[in-house]
Amino acid sequence: MLVPILKQGDYLIASIQSALTDTDLLSLRDDLVGQVGHYRSRGVIIDVTVLDVMDSFAVRMLSTLAQMITLRGAETVIVGIQPDVAFAMVQLGLTLGGVATALDLEEGLAYLNARAKKGKAGGR
Amino acid sequence: MGAERLIAIATDRDIVTAREEGRELASTLNFSPSDLTVIAVAISEVTRNILMYAGQGEVSLCLVDKGSRRGIAVVARDHGPGIENVALALEDGYSTSGGLGLGLPGARRLVDEFDIRSAPGNGTTVTLRKWER
Repeated sequence: MLVPILKQGDYLIASIQSALTDTDLLSLRDDLVGQVGHYRSRGVIIDVTVLDVMDSFAVRMLSTLAQMITLRGAETVIVGIQPDVAFAMVQLGLTLGGVATALDLEEGLAYLNARAKKGKAGGR
Repeated sequence: MGAERLIAIATDRDIVTAREEGRELASTLNFSPSDLTVIAVAISEVTRNILMYAGQGEVSLCLVDKGSRRGIAVVARDHGPGIENVALALEDGYSTSGGLGLGLPGARRLVDEFDIRSAPGNGTTVTLRKWER
């Protein structure tokens, strides 16, 4: 299942539409890392609202993805982790490390905008 | 109690099928939404182990009861190389595949009963049970 990636200004928004296989997660990672360069994007939002399962593979892929995006000079925010999914992740012992998360798409955009402003004002 | 659902595991698409069928089967009992998610994640972890270490195998899902308690049993079976050191494989962070090493120990934390049988050359069988609250 292909994840549509929308370009909105300086940001890319990957909006997951259905359950993803491991292969789908790998292509999402590669697509995003490629497109960040193509569009010279400053931020990436991954909307996982529809995911009803985040297992150790999904979490590892999202962390790796976020690290790769950082190395490409952009920022990643994961938005929409559902309460039950968060519960299961904690039980399993999974964390998203240093990856930024936000409640929903709106909060994710606000986070990236605030970071961009801070960046322009000088210093991080 | 109830019919067994058997799902062959040979591709990563089968992992998704197995966890979706497991969630669906468990939802016929009185599990909370977070328990259903936990069951789906546990199935995801044990079926991925089949794929990663044995290449193929099967998972069986069935409803079980113990006295007045009802629950779901998940049995993940493969005829792969087996696990040399089961105790080590159940330790957080131990992995021979470059993963997070949270699959088996994580699945164990997610369920009420956990049993693993494995010997080098003789495949692996992981049995999980989760009971209604």
